[in-house]
Amino acid sequence: MNLPQNIIPVYVANGNCVTPMGLNLLDNVQGILDGRTAIEQVKDENLQKEPFYGAVINKDWLENAYSKLEYNGDFSTLEKMMLLALEDIVKTYSDHLDDKCGIIFSSTKGNIEALTQDNKEAYFLHYLAKKISKAIGIPSEPIVLSNACVSGIMAISVAKRLIQTGIYNHMIVVGGDLFSKFVFSGFQSFQAISSQPCKPYDKARDGITLGEAAASIFVTQNRDLISSESYYEVIGDSSINDANHISGPSRTGEGLFQSIRNAMQEAKVKSPEIDCISSHGTATNFNDEMEAQAFNRVALETIPVFSLKAIYGHTLGAAGLLETVISLNFADKNLIPPSLGYKDHGLTLPLNINNEIQKKEINTVLKTASGFGGSNTAVLFKKCKSDGK
Amino acid sequence: MENNIIHYCNIKNNEVFLDGKKLYSGQDGDQFLDFIKGVYKNFELNYPKFYKMDPLCKLAITASSILLDGIDQDIDPDMGLLLSNKSSCYDVDVKHQDSISQGEESYASPANFVYTLPNIALGEISIKYKLRSENSFFIFEGFNPEFMIDYANSMTKLRKSSSVLCGWIEVKENVYNAFMFLVKPEAGLAFTKENLLNLIE
Repeated sequence: MNLPQNIIPVYVANGNCVTPMGLNLLDNVQGILDGRTAIEQVKDENLQKEPFYGAVINKDWLENAYSKLEYNGDFSTLEKMMLLALEDIVKTYSDHLDDKCGIIFSSTKGNIEALTQDNKEAYFLHYLAKKISKAIGIPSEPIVLSNACVSGIMAISVAKRLIQTGIYNHMIVVGGDLFSKFVFSGFQSFQAISSQPCKPYDKARDGITLGEAAASIFVTQNRDLISSESYYEVIGDSSINDANHISGPSRTGEGLFQSIRNAMQEAKVKSPEIDCISSHGTATNFNDEMEAQAFNRVALETIPVFSLKAIYGHTLGAAGLLETVISLNFADKNLIPPSLGYKDHGLTLPLNINNEIQKKEINTVLKTASGFGGSNTAVLFKKCKSDGK
Repeated sequence: MENNIIHYCNIKNNEVFLDGKKLYSGQDGDQFLDFIKGVYKNFELNYPKFYKMDPLCKLAITASSILLDGIDQDIDPDMGLLLSNKSSCYDVDVKHQDSISQGEESYASPANFVYTLPNIALGEISIKYKLRSENSFFIFEGFNPEFMIDYANSMTKLRKSSSVLCGWIEVKENVYNAFMFLVKPEAGLAFTKENLLNLIE
């Protein structure tokens, strides 16, 4: 298919995140630079009799940070996390939150604990979205994207497309999911929870570690609004289904392969021009092997690749967005984040797993994600410098 | 050329329509699961995986099958899928939540858990029709024709898909409404808010 001409360039800036490592981006980046992980041993008999590994936010810490914001009303834990994640964007772009500014929420299960309450209103994702949109003063109808584990990165792609076709000038993307009994028990029933902090791509990997987080980013066609020194153009994006299995990835990595190939074609980028890959890397046997297949099929096996799952756990609908925000901040510094937990290569094909922080000039970053329902997303980002305006 | 509505299918109030023509009526007083099983049998969908699915996937696979099997047109291999609803996958979420809220008796079933994401419906349609294509699931308070128009048009304008199978697939307990429609840049009914609101009524 021929690519369309004269497409409006779209940029992302002002990423932020709220995780067990820190309640803002700076603390998160410092934590990773210090070699920390948000995964800890958790004792919660409501979830499991024996202790387990997870990345869970300290709620006193969260309440304390939230109390400094000036919102009225009763917000859930997840909503507070999202409001904190949005704070920088709301302040920075307060003059532009008009009806040409859209908002996209990415979440898989939202306020899922509301199912155990008498009033189940908060269960509905549009309810959460409306509440937050109203609190931060966005007049347009909020859009909720619930597309399993690719939601967070797919939301950036959706924002790009709606801006490129003139529907909005800017879009706020915010994502979040909690560490819940609902999800933990489900992955346990699949025997997919790791007995150790997860080890993406390692020989000894034995499943996922769950986490919780919120993240946000501002997407705009107007680069003059962006005040940060570095920001990124979204140069290619694609989300192709495997059409193979609802709970397991394609063995050949078909959907991910096609997603990356399409994104590269749109961006007119060749494999060697990609400087690093922020992958999905859940540390299940099937996922990591499937990614190795897909990355090899597009000749990316020598490009440094890292999974942030051993730092944050799997944060579901937030994951793709959180990992983008972290990866792009490291790219600002010309650094590649570490893929923790990797020692012995545990894949049938070669991949260049970046298990220590590495200095490298970074201009082009590939973000990928894959999830239940056969979903895959690939998005390419290209660094822009404010002096080059 | 702009996108137009080429075909559409409605499943609501115990009845099934294709392009506005009534094709099936269920028994009076049918509950959703009995009704949708009746639809499955009547249209001879012959897809035994149907029985394993949660209510949302049952409704989505039935509506998409009636639409795609009922038209004499080849399916574009890159036809995108764009589904939306209000209640996500509420019924199976409640079922999973109940199974883990039984104290010592708690036992999560992987067969339920796998359906506790709304986009599984996209996976099921993609598998049945071998669609390795763009797909996304959105949640709104009610059917949002403006968004469906904006996003489906962006998918074809930006050459992500050559056509888009769109839908509002809502089911919660026994209240359901499926409206699926195929849009494509060829002759058809104008892809407007007014037409969509008329067709879902």
